[in-house]
Amino acid sequence: MADEPIIAIRNLRFAYGGHPVLEDIDLTIYEGDFVAMIGPNGGGKTTLLKLMLGLLTPTGGSIRIFGRPPRQVSHLIGYMPQNVHVNTHFPVTALDVVLMGKLKPGRRWTRYSNQDRLEAHKALDRLGMGAFCHRRVGELSGGQLQRIFVARALVSEPRLLFLDEPTANIDTRGQAEFYGLLKELNESVTILVVSHDLLVLSAYVKSVACINRRLHYHDQAEITADMLETMYPCTPDQPCQVELMARGLPHRPLHIPGDE
Amino acid sequence: MLEALQFEFMRNALMAGLLASVLCGVMGTLVVVNRIVFLSGGIAHAAYGGIGLAFFMGWPFLPTTLGFTLAAAVLMAAVTIRARHRADTIIGVIWAVGMAIGVILLDLTPGYNVDLMSYLFGSILTVPFADIRLMLIITAVVGVALVFLYNDLLAMSYDEEFARIRGVPVTALYFFLIALLAVSIVVIIQVVGLILVIALLTIPPFISEKYARSLFAMMALSTLMGAVFTICGLWLSFTYDLTSGAAIILVAGVAFFLSLLVDGLKNRRLRRRAQAEALEAADRENTAESA
Repeated sequence: MADEPIIAIRNLRFAYGGHPVLEDIDLTIYEGDFVAMIGPNGGGKTTLLKLMLGLLTPTGGSIRIFGRPPRQVSHLIGYMPQNVHVNTHFPVTALDVVLMGKLKPGRRWTRYSNQDRLEAHKALDRLGMGAFCHRRVGELSGGQLQRIFVARALVSEPRLLFLDEPTANIDTRGQAEFYGLLKELNESVTILVVSHDLLVLSAYVKSVACINRRLHYHDQAEITADMLETMYPCTPDQPCQVELMARGLPHRPLHIPGDE
Repeated sequence: MLEALQFEFMRNALMAGLLASVLCGVMGTLVVVNRIVFLSGGIAHAAYGGIGLAFFMGWPFLPTTLGFTLAAAVLMAAVTIRARHRADTIIGVIWAVGMAIGVILLDLTPGYNVDLMSYLFGSILTVPFADIRLMLIITAVVGVALVFLYNDLLAMSYDEEFARIRGVPVTALYFFLIALLAVSIVVIIQVVGLILVIALLTIPPFISEKYARSLFAMMALSTLMGAVFTICGLWLSFTYDLTSGAAIILVAGVAFFLSLLVDGLKNRRLRRRAQAEALEAADRENTAESA
């Protein structure tokens, strides 16, 4: 069973309004992996996460999570969405948001148990947000909201964790602390994290998946200049991204992807 | 006010108004946080088509109106889910067409001349007890649904995608919410009229959203506010011989603008304080530099 992949994607295609967003995606992830998903904006990272959660339906190909279709198992995945600024005027406290992670399929008609509340408090404490549990979401900063949403993803004790740019609003020290926490979690949880902080990430992750309509999976945490060139091609409007990311790597002349 | 209560029609009016406040407090909270105020307006107006249909066909009034309104509401709900970006336009069309069907059907009904004003502003002072009983039943249904589905409704209203991932049957729940809303609106319109329904669905939740820490607190506060508006409005109506529905709406409207004013003043004070603090900090820096 240990060799059974936790995520198995074959030949996946997804088009939105006739425009291909993802093509020929093959991805196999095994238990215990810590994957960084990188790629340019609009490259399809968030779309791939939503396909794996069953929120979107593939145009072609297949996705199996824990060997089953995503919609049947989405509740086993801890998910932190990219946009944490949804409904900031909503009358709901941080604790109540975290408790939403305790909802389960088939468990209708019931209230949250004391055990649920205890675990929600624990999840908040773990992210250093214990003191904010009775604050309304509108009173929290972007970084604090992100921690609340991570706590909501963790409180269900998932075997698989999807995090979509979890540190976008967190300062550098907070980021290091946060990735430290993820590394600790990774002892029992398989993690997929979308991020742009390549240099920070490379110290923590075990493998890298580059997504720019197509996917390249590298089962090492190495970020090579080739990868960066394919993934972040130099365009006139984004001229220095590669240079920025690949600082310290030997510079090579750029080539057009698919022109090998 | 107390001497007014010796009249049975006054007692009925007060009871109908208070029940409408409870229904509108609960449903209005869900309407406001799910941003379906426009859809509620569509339901309330399309209901007029059901009234026309009932009179034209000679069918029983309440089942016909309920059936027609539910059909229109489900259609609008389906549109909001499938074509979100054009939902408001299509709701506007159903809104107008439903109302027009009602007017035309009533034109075609021989010998019947319905009073559009009583549909718009209701006739809370002539509520028969049977209508109050019906409102009681619907309020009980909404209450039970709320007890059982509170966590799911909260999760769906706050973050629909996450609720879906957690296994909440979001689509079914959304249709259920809209159906419950349609039934509530039809029942309340009979008593207090269309305009008052929209006022009670939106004004109390709008004010209470800022002060509540939970969806439930928002519902309770909205209900309380609706009750106060109803009592004040009925008193004004009784004392100065005004149209009762319009009097209640005006009281609610005054409260709405007062709350905006209070917000504006509060924000200005906060801004001033922030500015003063910034200036002080700059002063301190300057003194430190010169020293």
